[in-house]
This record gives sequence, C-alpha cells and structure tokens, in this order.
Amino acid sequence: MFVSDREQSVVRYNVNVEYFNTYTDVKMSVELDVFVGNTTIMDKEVYQLWLNGYTVNDAVKVRIDGGIMEECEVSVEVLISDTMDQYRTFQMCERLLHHPAKLANQLLFQIPPDRQAMLIERYYAFDDAFAREVLGKKLSKGTKKDLDDVSAKTNITLKSCRRQFDNFKRVFKEVEELKGPLVENIRQRFLLPDQLARDYAAVVFFANNRFETGKKKLQYLTFQDFALCAGQLINNWTVGAVDNMMEDMDVDLDKEFLQDLKELKILITDKDLLDQHKSLVCTALRGKTNVFTEMEASFKNLSRGLVNIAAKLINAKDVRDFFIDLVEKFIEPCRSDKWTSIDVNLYLTHYTNSAHILDTFKHHGVWTRYMGVIKTCILRMYHE
Amino acid sequence: MPGKLKAKIVAGRHLPVMDRASDLTDAFVEVKFGNTTFKTDVYPKSLNPQWNSEWFKFEVDDEDLQDEPLQITVLDHDTYSANDAIGKVYIDIDPLLCSEAATIISGWLPIYDTIHGIRGEINVQVKVDLFNDLNRFRQSSCGIKFFCTTSVPRCYRAVMVHGFVEELVVNEDPEYQWIDRIRTPRASNEARQRLIFLMSGELQRKIGLKVLEMGGNAVVGYLQCFDLEGESGLVVRAIGTACTLEKISTLPSTTTQPSNSSPSKDMKEPVFGEEAPGVPLSSGPPTPLRAQTFSSFSPSKSYSRQSSSSDTELSLTPKTGMGSGGSAGKEAGPLKALLRQQTQSALEQREYPFFTLTSFPPGFLLHVGGVVSARSVKLLDRIHNPDEPETRDAWWEEIRQEIKSHVKALGCHAVVGYSESTSICEEVCILSASGTAAILSSRFIQDGSLDVEHRLSRQPVVFTSGADRVEGDMGSSASLGFEEVAPPGCGFCHIPYDELNIPFPAQLTYCYCCRRNKVPDVLFTTIDLPTEANVTGKGCLIQARLCRTKKKAQGEGNATAISNLLPFLEYELHTQLMNKLKLRGMNALFGLRIQISVGETMLLGLASATGVYLTALPSPGGIQIAGKTPSDITYEQHISNMQKKINDTIAKNKELYEVNPPEVVEEIIGSPIPEPRQRSRLFRSHSESSDEVSELDLSHGKKDAFVLEIDDTDAVEDIHALLTDSPTPQGFYSCNTEIMPGIQTWTSAIQMFTSVRVFRLNNLNLTNQGMNKIFTDLCENLLKSLYFKLRSMTPCCLCHLNFTVAIPEDELIQVAVTAVAMSFDKDQALENGMHSGEKTHIKAIHENDEQLQFNLELNPDCLTATKGLADVTGCHPSAKASSLEKNSPLPEGRSRSLRSNRSYSGGSVAVVKMTPLSFIPGAKIIKYLGIINMFFIRETTSLREEGGVSGFLHTFIAEVFAMVRAHVAALGGNAVVSYSMKECVFMENPNKNQAQCLINVSGDAVIFVRESELDAASVQPQSVTTQTSNGGEGT
Repeated sequence: MFVSDREQSVVRYNVNVEYFNTYTDVKMSVELDVFVGNTTIMDKEVYQLWLNGYTVNDAVKVRIDGGIMEECEVSVEVLISDTMDQYRTFQMCERLLHHPAKLANQLLFQIPPDRQAMLIERYYAFDDAFAREVLGKKLSKGTKKDLDDVSAKTNITLKSCRRQFDNFKRVFKEVEELKGPLVENIRQRFLLPDQLARDYAAVVFFANNRFETGKKKLQYLTFQDFALCAGQLINNWTVGAVDNMMEDMDVDLDKEFLQDLKELKILITDKDLLDQHKSLVCTALRGKTNVFTEMEASFKNLSRGLVNIAAKLINAKDVRDFFIDLVEKFIEPCRSDKWTSIDVNLYLTHYTNSAHILDTFKHHGVWTRYMGVIKTCILRMYHE
Repeated sequence: MPGKLKAKIVAGRHLPVMDRASDLTDAFVEVKFGNTTFKTDVYPKSLNPQWNSEWFKFEVDDEDLQDEPLQITVLDHDTYSANDAIGKVYIDIDPLLCSEAATIISGWLPIYDTIHGIRGEINVQVKVDLFNDLNRFRQSSCGIKFFCTTSVPRCYRAVMVHGFVEELVVNEDPEYQWIDRIRTPRASNEARQRLIFLMSGELQRKIGLKVLEMGGNAVVGYLQCFDLEGESGLVVRAIGTACTLEKISTLPSTTTQPSNSSPSKDMKEPVFGEEAPGVPLSSGPPTPLRAQTFSSFSPSKSYSRQSSSSDTELSLTPKTGMGSGGSAGKEAGPLKALLRQQTQSALEQREYPFFTLTSFPPGFLLHVGGVVSARSVKLLDRIHNPDEPETRDAWWEEIRQEIKSHVKALGCHAVVGYSESTSICEEVCILSASGTAAILSSRFIQDGSLDVEHRLSRQPVVFTSGADRVEGDMGSSASLGFEEVAPPGCGFCHIPYDELNIPFPAQLTYCYCCRRNKVPDVLFTTIDLPTEANVTGKGCLIQARLCRTKKKAQGEGNATAISNLLPFLEYELHTQLMNKLKLRGMNALFGLRIQISVGETMLLGLASATGVYLTALPSPGGIQIAGKTPSDITYEQHISNMQKKINDTIAKNKELYEVNPPEVVEEIIGSPIPEPRQRSRLFRSHSESSDEVSELDLSHGKKDAFVLEIDDTDAVEDIHALLTDSPTPQGFYSCNTEIMPGIQTWTSAIQMFTSVRVFRLNNLNLTNQGMNKIFTDLCENLLKSLYFKLRSMTPCCLCHLNFTVAIPEDELIQVAVTAVAMSFDKDQALENGMHSGEKTHIKAIHENDEQLQFNLELNPDCLTATKGLADVTGCHPSAKASSLEKNSPLPEGRSRSLRSNRSYSGGSVAVVKMTPLSFIPGAKIIKYLGIINMFFIRETTSLREEGGVSGFLHTFIAEVFAMVRAHVAALGGNAVVSYSMKECVFMENPNKNQAQCLINVSGDAVIFVRESELDAASVQPQSVTTQTSNGGEGT
C-alpha cells in the first residue's frame, strides 16, 4: 500500500533554491512542474547550453542575456521552468543518445527524424580544443580523471569535457574491433554526418596508435591539422587503404608496408644515390626559390630525417613519435631557414619525383605511398 | 464457445539486463487470458529475443472477451531461484470484437513494470475469431462501438440518437485489502491495474447491453471515470449517448459531400413508436414568449446527505402553446407550440433526456436555455456488497433528477453537453453534474439521420389532430416561412422559456440576426460552439478561479460545512466569469466547465469556458464602478482611474479579438420589469442567486447595466484580479472548445501536450483573498509557460485547454492541463475572419475527399516505398501483408515484410498523432479502430535517483504517451482523437524517497489520411533512408 504521510514534508528535491526565491512572497513553492508533448519539444539553444555543461541557473542567465525575456515577454519563473523542463528531457534522452540507432526505434519519445539527426549531431559534436588535449591519449579512466585539468586549460566545463570524453571512448569501443572502413563504420553506427565521422575516425586512429601529440614542440598544431594527417594515414597507410575487400581493420597501420619502408634506407645509406638525388633536386630547384642555398645545404640532413622516420615506423614506439619526428627532423630546420610553404611544397615535390629517376632505386611503389602522405602532412603542419 | 482468441509472441527488443554476470537475459513469455496460461520457450542470453511462438489459442465466451484483457508477462528464467518478472503488457481485446474496427493487433508494445516503467518492447500479434452465433448479442454486447468523441464521429452519420446510458460498478480497492500489508508494492499495483481493466471491461459490456436494449449500435461521448474512494472502495462509472450510427461510404468517387450531409436522399421510414415522430422545423418554436437569462446557474443545489427537496422549479414548467398573443402574430405559432409539446413529451418520457454530446449536426439543436448544474455532498461509507452498488446509483439518480427539474424550469426538455464528476477528500465526496438545457429537434432523436441535406430537401411536417399524426411533405409556404423565421445562425440563441415566467432576471431583446425572436443578453453553455452560429470576431479562454478556506472537520460536520460553502463558491465563480466576459466585450460562453475540488482545509473552484461574441445577442454593456461614499475626492479619483483602466482594457480586448459588431439601433423590448432600474447592484449583493424565483428588481436595465459597487475591500480585490489577467501573447489564441471561431485555416502542425504542476502553500494562515491570488497566479503562470513553450508554433491556437485541479494533500494544489496547440495560417485567417465555422468545415472535408481520391490512385505504385502511406490508406493491404509474413518461416522475411508494413524493425517508429479534439486539421479520418482506455500505476522507492518528483512524473507521462501510441499503432492506426487524461493522482513521500502516480487516459484510435499527400511523399523517403542506414541494429 502506498502510504503518504501528511505530517512531515520538509525536504524537497530537484527544485533549485533560486526557483523558490523568485516567488518573492514565499507563500507558495513549486513542488513539481512538468511538460510533456506528444512530439518532444526541444529548444536547440537550450540543448546547446545543456551540452556545454551549464547548470540550470547559468543557462537561464545566458538566455536572459540573449534578450529572450524582452523578445517573448516572459518572466524569470517561466524561463527557469522551461529550462529545467528541457534539461530533464535531455537527461532522459541521453541514455538513448549513447546508442543513436536506438533513438530511431525507441518508443518513449516521438521525435521527428530531422530533430533526431540534430540531437545526435550536436551530442557527438566536440570542441577541437578539447579533442586536441586528449588526442593520442589512452581513453582510460586515468585520462578521464585528469579532465579537470583539461577543463581548466580549455575553458570548457568539466561536464562537457566528460561527455566528449565518453563519446570518444564509446565510439572507440564500438568500432575498435569492426572490419571495414573506419569512417564509414562510425558514420553508420552513430548516424553522424560525414565530416564529424571523419573527425571521430581521427580521434579513434590517434587513440589506437597512441600518437604523441602533447609535446611542447607540437603545441602549435591544431586538432584539424592532426585530423587531416590522420585522414591521410587512414586512407593510405592502413590495410584497408590497399585492400578493397576490407578484410582487415582501418585502425591499424599496414604492417607489410611498414616493413617495406625499411628498404627506403638505401636512399641515405648509399652515398652515390644520396648525391645523385641531391643533384637532381637541386637542378630542379635552382632559380625557383629564394632559399635555394639553404635547401642545398640542408638536403642531406632533411633526406636523412625523412628516410629514417620511414625506416623506424615498424617499431610501435617510433610510430608514436611520428609527428614529433616530422617536426624535429624536417619542419623545424626548414622553419629556421625561413622557408615558405611554397618552398616546402616545391622542395617536397621535387624530392619525391626525383627519387623515381634514380636508376638504382627500385622501391617506387612504397616511396610514392610514403611520400604522398608525408608531403600532405608536412604541408599541413607547416605553419609559417 | 463463441470466440477464439489467438495470440502469437514474435520477438522482444531492448530488454533490460537481468543477469548481472553475463549482462544478458534469458527471457520467456507467459500469455494469460482468464484462467488459461501459455508459455513460450526460454530464449537464452539475449536482449533481443526471437521467440516466434506458435499461435496460442484461447477458447472463451465473448462475455469474457469483453471483460478481460489479454495479459502478457515477460519473465527472466532463473534455474535456481524464482523467475524474475521483467514487465507486463495488457491488451484490450475490445477493438477486435467489432467488425468495423480493427482486425488485428500487431506491433511492438512497451513492456511495462509498475516499479521500473517501460523495460523494452515486445512484438505480438492478436486476433479474434468470433463464431457466427446469432444469439451472441443477447449474452454480451460485442459489436457495440464506443467513441470518446462527443460528436457524431467523422465517418459516420447518426441514424438515430437513442439517449442517455449510464452504469457503474464498484469493488474493493486492492490497495486497501488486508493482503496488501504482506504483498509487494508491485503485486499490489498489478492487482489494481488488472482490477480496473476488468471493471472497465465489465462496465463497457453492461453499457453495451443497455444500448442493445435501446436498439442502438454505438455509444458516442463515452465518458468513464474512476472514483478512488479509498477505504470505502473503488467505483468505475460511465455515461454516454446511445446512437445508431451508419458508416458513410468512404469511397471517394461516390461522395464528395461533407460527412454529415450525405447526398443520399433515402428517407428512413418514420418510426412510429411511443415517441412522437420528428418535428423537422429547424427553427423550432418561434414562440417569443419565453424569457431568458444568462444561465440557469443553480449553485445552491448541494446538500449534505439530504435529498434535494427544494425543487420548486417543477411548478415553473412552461405552459407551452399558451399565451402566444404577444408573439408578433405568427399564424404558425399554435401549431408549432403543439409540435413542440410533442417533442417535449417524447423526451420527457425518457428517464433522463441527457446527451453527452457537445456538438451537433446543424438543425439538431433548436434552442439553448443555459447551463444547468447540480452538486451534492456525500459521506462515503464502505460499499458492503459490490454487486449491489445501490447507494452510488441512488446518489447519481438524485443529482440527475435535480438537473432534470432545472431543465424544466428553463422551459427546455433536454440536456446536452452533459457530464458528471466527483471530488473526494477522505470520506467526503462532492458529486457534480452539469449540462446545457436545450430544446432539440425530435426528428433526429426519432428517426433522425443527422444530415443537413436531408432536412432541407424534405421537410416532413406533423399535423396534429387529436391523437392522429400524419406525416407529410409540406414544402409549403408554412414550412418555408419557418425557415425564414429562424436562420440557423441564430436559432439556437432564441429563448426557449416563457417570457412572462422567466426563471431568472434577464434582459431580453429581439435577436440581432433575425429581429423576430427574443434573445437573452448573455448565454452560458457547456457545449461547443455550433458550427452554424454567427460569431463576430474571435473567441478566447476565460477562467474564473477561486479558493476558499475551510475549517478542518470530520464526518457530517465537514459535509455540512462544505455544502454551506458551495453556493458562495459557485456564485462567485459565476460573477467572475460574467465580469471577465464583459471585460472582453463578449456575450456568450461555450464549453463551460466548473470544477470544484475539496481538500481538508480549502475548496478550490475553477471555471473554464470559451468566450465569444454571438452576433445574435446584444452587445454587452461596459462595466461601471460605483463607490459607496462619493464624498471623498481622492476616493472618487481612485474610482475614476479604475474605471478608465477597465474601459481601456475592454477597448483593447475588443481590438484583440476583433469584436466589432455592426452598430445597430438599440431596442430593448419585453423586459419583464415595467421600469427597469438604471443600475443593479453587483451580483455579490444577493447571495440567494440560486433562487430561481428571484425578485424582479434584480434584473438589469439599459445598456450599462453592469455595475460593480465597491462597498467592501473584497470588491476592490476583485477588480484588481479582473485586470491582472494577462492577455495572451502575440500570435496566440486559446479556447477550451473544439474549434476557435474566426480561425479556419489550420495547418497540419499540431502538438498535444500535458503539463502538470503541484504547488505547496507554505503559509496556511492565508485569507481567502491571499489564496485566490496565489491560485490565480498559479494558473496564469502555467498558461504563460505554455505560451512560451509553444512559441515556435505561432500563429497558433491552444484548443481544448482544460485544466484539472486537485488538492492531493493539505497544502498542495495540483493543476494538470492537457490541450493541443494548432498552427494556423495567419493571412487567410484574417481574410476569412468573419465567416462562420461551418463553411470551412465543409470546405475542409471537400478537400479531404479529393485528396483521398488522389491518394488511392497513387498508393499502389509506391506501396513498398511509402510504408506510412500504405499503413494509412489501406488496412486491407496491410492486413494481407501481415498474414503473408506469418507464413514466412525465415526471420529475414518476417522483418522485411514487417518493415514494409508498419516499420517495426530497425527503422523509425510510425508517427502517431494525439489530440484532445475530435478531428485532425488538414486530414480526414477514414476509420475508427476502437476506444483506447488505459490505466497505469507507477511507483518508485528511489525518487531522488529518478530525478525527484518532476523527473518521476515526467518519465511516467512520457511512458503513458508511448504506450498509447504503441497500442494505436498496433491496431493499425496513426492517431488518437478525443484524447483525454481523466485521472492523474499523484502522491509523494519524499522522506521515504517514494512516490506513486495513477494515470487514466482514453481516446479513439483512428486512421487518418492527409489532405495533401505531398506532405507524406516528401517525408517518407527520408524515413526510409534512415531506416536502411540503421536497419542492421534493431533486427
């Protein structure tokens, strides 16, 4: 039997204190306040505030600052009531948003398809600044514990950081073991738009390969810089990239290819080849750039750097240092010599092409596959 | 053995994890009907089990089919301990018992647990084979159709309206049985849910039997209520209007006429019975000798355990046919008076000439007298013998008799828009009934196909000579003359009572439309605005709110105290309504609903209605304030300030609602007082308002008759309250009726919603005024919140905005509102602003028909692609598809065919619209699938964890919506019309972290087709793509 005791009723839950106080005369208080529509009503603006991790009070403040009170002639009470109600709706939906496919065939909320897409897209959208911090880190409990630092650094609320982190982790777990193209898997499993799916693919790829991105020297790079590089790596250096049957996963680099990369060492170990390569490149570059002397002087160093990176990639540890190596061995020297992006582009183009003309160099396929990615990555990472 | 019930359990999905170790569930299903139970195999280790069971067959009496629900229980198999219940699904078989309703129930239904809420879904199929037993109608009432809709359902026409049916059944409440002390809350809740299911089934069957006895085949305006009387038991009662309905052929080629004006000219043979055959004269008695008042408000008819003995009104029964001397010399007068007498006697022979309908086909409603209501306060005692619920029956009988006598006093013979309700607090119970006194065209009651064409094309007139009745087609000047006399737009406003025996003080004028008959200055009704009514401008929601403190008391004393308070409460509500109506420059109220709730220390009164300006009625005078002591200058100034405010508000409102009636020469005639006083005092001055034979000098005189006299602080407060009602924001209109006068161009965007608020009064030492203010603020704030929430729909109108108030605990006030927001097209609305509602109705239906045609042509081509369309247009194709799929042994085949059928698996869920109205704008209802009547209990012992009381109730209401939608979809429907939440009882105990809520909802499941299938065509491909993209997940 349900017994309600009429005598004692002192503590109330879920009604925040300010709500009480807005009723100035304190003669009454709102005990319960719900609004349920047959079609679930969701305000995009409030949804964003919720996603951003604002408390109800903060969200109300933001809305008031946005001038909604004047625009709609409403009181603070109405705004608070509406905001709390929406927040509750979002909280109830959150469980479903963890499995976006479920949102379409659940019965509890009737949400039009376009709204569903909006809910999912915004729920899974993340801040580049946040992603940049977490990129390449293990998506573990330990990392999650450190999110308050990330929050402080990026000025993103801890709540929002947690949601974004959990999203990363959820997507990672879901697609980790899946066969087939990574981006497509993410897009289908989480019903995300293409660009967002690509960004997630980058996050997953970085987390899986544990690329180092946190070093001071890499700080200048944005998430989108890395995302582009990740896209390059996924599209060119994984098994899925060459094997259309998609037998294997997109998440790991193609071991065979990494093995083959060791063969490229000949470009620096064979002195004749190295000189020949240099002269070919210098001939092509002469007169086309202002930093020709610097290019000529640093050719051997740069070539050694790039080829060494290639040769070491077979070791998992060196894979992690891939980006830091690129910066240290190539980008920094170029930058100190004041190369422009055009110079870098020119140099890399000729550097790549000239190798094919070398008579004793046989590894054209591997070279193209390697240098194609390297060139694109470096160009993206080269901030003047 | 007249019936075979067959059920098949197909699959489950989204089941909860029952085994923590494996994170999976070993689910199986028990299917129970009556005392027979079947079980499926255990489907091990899955959250999406595929049982694909055989057809479980139950051979049962159709009586049981009506009473019992099919009970499906999903359990988790446990080898070592007792099996754990996951949840249950109750399926009402009733829609399958009627040949015109649904043929199969098939779909995903939420598995519900009273403690955990929805826990996954189960896909079931249920069918019924009724044996062709000719005698079966004698034992049960299978086949009687039930409709919650309070008008003739859209795809039917009424061949005959038989009248009032009522029934009640009582039982002990399981929650209060001794066994409840030892069983779990879950078991207790389930016992209660099941009992109420059974009782509603039984009630429906019994009502059905009564309908059969009367010769009808349907109940329209079916209103079922629960009285949770606590210790003294559980009462389920229902009222309705028995009708004989005939389905209008939905073949688009044959009819492009409005649904209620089928062109078929086939006359029903006049039925000669004890009742007089039809009087077709739509105008009804033009006898302008009856006077009218604003309403027949009868507030004081409440007694504590007394029989209503003061029914002196009976003596006021109008003497029809008499004294027509003053009636502007109409030859037809005596004849019509006689006809009318007959109609009246026909109706009077009925025990209760009551109709739960609120809107009628043109011509049915001849005259409206005003609101009649009766209340009575009773002390509850234990129902000793549930099989003999005589006490409760007697109580209602008493009330109905009282209503009947009020009706007579108003010179009417019928009650329309009739409803009954109760409010219970501990052992005290207030029974209320209200309706609108009216004179109906008996033709419709007798052989009346409710059909305009019919009426106009042939006008049978009854000549009376002695006892002989001859029916013939007049077509003569006489009948034509009558038509002329009373145009349909104003006929219902004409007074039905004797001018010389006005039961109320009233000011009469000649009708502003036809200038021939008398009309009252104000008209209050409980019905919807007749479609043919001439209205100026738009309408608006008008609410009167009142809170009265009362001392705590017990037993008889308490009951007496309450019944002493009631008249004042009603009186003041009425005054408020009147003032607010004047303030808006309007002269009539429709859909008036007065709710009185009783608590231990207070009484709450809430009256809601839709105010309109009826063109036929005189323009309301303004409101004038008069001070008691005109000596003081500052006081005078204060008064004139207030007067100015009031005048400004009236002017503003007139503009807002476009109330700008054409100027007409005032001619007040026939006022019963020789020398009308210039001023009458404020209503409050005479508390004996209940008195039908009130002194004549209380009536109003000339135009500015409405005077508020500020002789006490109360009145000042009142005026302030009057002016604090904030206007609806830009782009919004609101009404509590079905349609809003002045708006016709509805778009298809509708949003039904339920909002519940509970307020705690922290200081109980409040004055009445203080309480009033709080209560008013509370309602106003709720409205403001609604407007804000729905701002994206503007321009829009909140229709059927009905509030329900309750006092769940001492200092708690609960307000619940269910309504629908409907967008409309602003520009066209302005254009057609002055047109009457009828035209658009007809227009809309015309368009519907055309669209339907288009749709049917289009359908075969895109059957596979546009599942929604297939679902909507043909239940036959879908039925075929589902029967095919049953034979398919492959799960792939099943899921595919299901998907093409109703999009069960994988894809998006079929959209089900819900609305409290009887129609869906921009769409045509092509089939009624049966009544939805569901009762749920939800309880929690972890209130905080579920987000507090708001989180708990929010989830529960969402779950109830979901279950209603799922059951409608399983019936093959895509909408619920006339939806209402009739009960929402919420109790909490935060100290124990507990809460409990009971919700009862009802409505009619229907299939509708969009007026423009272009909408559907553009929407469908979208949902199909989403479906294919995520199809892998669900299956």
